[in-house]
Amino acid sequence: MLSELKAKLLAESCEEYLCRLFERIEKSSLNAFTTLAKESALKEARQFDKNPDQGLLAGVPIAIKECISTRGIETNCSSKILRGYIPPYDAHVIERLKAEGAIIMGKTNMDEFAMGTSTETSCFGPTKNPWDHTCVPGGSSGGSAAVVAGGEAPCSLGSDTGGSVRCPASFCGIVGLKPTYGLISRFGLVAYANSLEQIGPLTHTVEDTALLMEVISGHDKRDSTSAKGERRSYLPGLGEGISGLKIGIPKEYFGEGVNKDVEKAVWDGIHTLESQGASWQEISLPHTRYALAAYYVIAMSEASSNLARFDGLRYGSRMGEDKDWHTTFSAIRAQGFGPEVKRRIMLGTYALSAGYYGRYYLKALKVRTLIKEDFLRAFKEVDLLASPTMPIPAFKIGERINDPLSLYMADVFTVPINLAGVPAISVPCGFAGHLPIGLQLIGPHFGEAAVLRAAQAFEAATPFHEAKPEVI
Amino acid sequence: MEDVIIGLEIHVQLNRLQSKMFCGCSTAYHNSPPNSHTCPVCLGLPGSLPVINKKAVEYGIKVGLALSCKIEEETLFYRKNYYYPDLPKGFQISQYDYPLATQGHIMILGDDDKERNIRINRAHMEEDPGRLVHAGTIDKAKYTMVDYNRCGMPLLEVVTEPDLSSPKEARAFLDKLKSILEYLDVFDGSQEGSMRVDANISLKGGDRSEVKNISGFKGVEKALSYEITRQRNLARRNIKVVQETRHFDELRKITVSIRSKVGAHDYRYYPEADLTVMRIASWVPAIKATLPELPDAKRERFVKQYGLADDHAKSLTSEIRVANFYEAVAAKAAPKLAAVWIADVLKGELNYRDLSIESFSEKHMTEIVQMLEKAKITENGAVQIIRELLDKKEGSPQEIVQSKGLGKAEDDAVQKAVKEAVAESAAAVADYKAGSERALNFIVGLVMKKTRGKASAGEVHRLVKEEVEKA
Repeated sequence: MLSELKAKLLAESCEEYLCRLFERIEKSSLNAFTTLAKESALKEARQFDKNPDQGLLAGVPIAIKECISTRGIETNCSSKILRGYIPPYDAHVIERLKAEGAIIMGKTNMDEFAMGTSTETSCFGPTKNPWDHTCVPGGSSGGSAAVVAGGEAPCSLGSDTGGSVRCPASFCGIVGLKPTYGLISRFGLVAYANSLEQIGPLTHTVEDTALLMEVISGHDKRDSTSAKGERRSYLPGLGEGISGLKIGIPKEYFGEGVNKDVEKAVWDGIHTLESQGASWQEISLPHTRYALAAYYVIAMSEASSNLARFDGLRYGSRMGEDKDWHTTFSAIRAQGFGPEVKRRIMLGTYALSAGYYGRYYLKALKVRTLIKEDFLRAFKEVDLLASPTMPIPAFKIGERINDPLSLYMADVFTVPINLAGVPAISVPCGFAGHLPIGLQLIGPHFGEAAVLRAAQAFEAATPFHEAKPEVI
Repeated sequence: MEDVIIGLEIHVQLNRLQSKMFCGCSTAYHNSPPNSHTCPVCLGLPGSLPVINKKAVEYGIKVGLALSCKIEEETLFYRKNYYYPDLPKGFQISQYDYPLATQGHIMILGDDDKERNIRINRAHMEEDPGRLVHAGTIDKAKYTMVDYNRCGMPLLEVVTEPDLSSPKEARAFLDKLKSILEYLDVFDGSQEGSMRVDANISLKGGDRSEVKNISGFKGVEKALSYEITRQRNLARRNIKVVQETRHFDELRKITVSIRSKVGAHDYRYYPEADLTVMRIASWVPAIKATLPELPDAKRERFVKQYGLADDHAKSLTSEIRVANFYEAVAAKAAPKLAAVWIADVLKGELNYRDLSIESFSEKHMTEIVQMLEKAKITENGAVQIIRELLDKKEGSPQEIVQSKGLGKAEDDAVQKAVKEAVAESAAAVADYKAGSERALNFIVGLVMKKTRGKASAGEVHRLVKEEVEKA
């Protein structure tokens, strides 16, 4: 898709294309964009039309999740507390995008500080699922998924801490990749749970995802967890097929709690891969049932520390009256954070407290090691793993927001991947009624090339990525 | 003070480094406008990430080795979580388990005039917070301003065991630590706030109080003395000392309570996942090889190599700059004489004027000692030259000798007079050889008469003694 778009932009006018997108966005009822960088984007488009450059993404407009720092464009994590914060610097991925000629269109809605599975905890209100406006788009990168699925942007970036790219990709019927921890610099990504999260692309096709990965991956010395070594290339390997590929089916990822339509679509997908030359076998990831608990303890603990800097003193919203320091910043935090963020900060603070640290945080880290070992063992036997991305299709807006536990449970197949640090992609694999379903393909550390190749082989054999929502 | 127990935590800015602990900002922020030495990282802007200044860790290891510490195989950073306006991330990147260095010691001169071994519990790295500027005193200020220039400065925290037993010993410890740090060239103590001390203090059997953030060594002595008096007074009235944190008010010279144990922070230490574990064991040999001669070793060498008295050697080696100054002079002039004049005279004149050794030139000092050696000037004359040079900051010893007429009788004349006087005083020479030290005074008097008092009595005494012993 992006390669055709690039050709079209060169042949026609980037400015016109962008204007049409902005018109569509302004009429849209999805509530997916939060901030539009219309002026700067159109200026760059005009520049491209006059003097097209040769970058990998020359002239391609892209939407960016609210939690990725963009110089000069408000970056508020869809939180009241960060309203008005305009970063003085670009995240590493934004620098890379700009260097390859991409045009930043604006910022997309998300669950507040990426804490959620539905994009309902945003201070801007929920984003709607383009396939059904009464349903959530998934989260936390719901805005980034909805703009792509809804035709408001050709591609976008999200971030994935426990499934936040893959879940909305699954719910919105597009492709979303969570790369290996360390493959993409987090410099400029506003931290929620820094030991778990990675930035990832959301696109219509696997090839588009591979193209974005070419641009945004690679070492950055400003992120000490960024992997060193040569830059990897993802495009050349696509289309090589999956003959002989061994796929593991983790038995813990099927059965109870998984929607019947989802289970069927995923099995159909596995059989499609088989018909393309892959083989499959059942395997076990025995510690899966502890993953959710470990994930939430680690994520909330880290969040309680990462979000401590938001006190209204230096940037963001300064609400209420100035009194003494303690009263003032407490009042700002009380008004600035939404209920889900407060819940996670408080639980995380508790888990890190003296006397509880060993019982919760340290124990969760031990579980994390066991889960990682599950994956390492599995990848000695098989090349990739396949599972549902989400156990369910998109649910109704408002249906689960007052039941945090049932929302947390929905992350059951995505969080183990973040705990292990391995890459995983979600590709459209069918429908439950009118709502899309995602197939998750999981690879070993730095196995993106194999993941993308398999996903592309699947995509080439199925029509699901071509389906477009009718309800706009 | 037998019943006093003191332990110190000393925060040392490794201010000889060029850049901050976790970002590229310059450490030379002194005399700069507030908040001008900052970047997204040290301001803790959303999305920014720390990167370890490897050189800072090397400096830390260097200090650890100089304090005879054990250097850990692996070391890692932790987050210390607490809210304060000078802390822009809401946590400080510090160390907790697996600090850089553990179990060291420093020798100091104790209250009983004996060398005492003060144990070091640990030394760890952390980042300095920003600086709060209160409008007035901390408890009454109407508003407070924050300057983040200091934020992210590389800090080394040295924690002692509770081995100190008086404010004077605490001072001696700090002097020695500062001396070692300057020898290592990792620290410049002349910059304001470059060394800050938290002191834990208790009387035997009682609870301890912690006095936080005392800057200046005199401040530490005063704060500790105040605390001892306060705790003794409470004990006298049978009131229990409560465990609490106190602040030293420099203006009023008293300590005031900030928070009790009940209000103590739970810092929720946990490993900083934005940074990776450092395997430092392999760094140690190379760093060890760069360790310079340290104060105690230099002092011993001065005694041996130059034949100095131990107290002179100690005085000359307490500051690396003074030691270097001395050795430069001693290379060209009589070492013992140079030691006396630098340790006893020059240092005193500098102290009196609150000047450092840089205010005096090695060349001038060398000339002065050489002139003394050759008896071209008197001791009084030498003192006058030093004062003149310090106060007027111009001219050379030679010029001052001429302009002030400080030149002593010509060497030859003195030598000649000595020879004559000894030859004329056979009886006194015999008396001296028989054991009467006082017999020399007669001959000295004779020389002074012959030179009309222009020779220096001390110098003449030396020359006469030499001549008599030759005879």
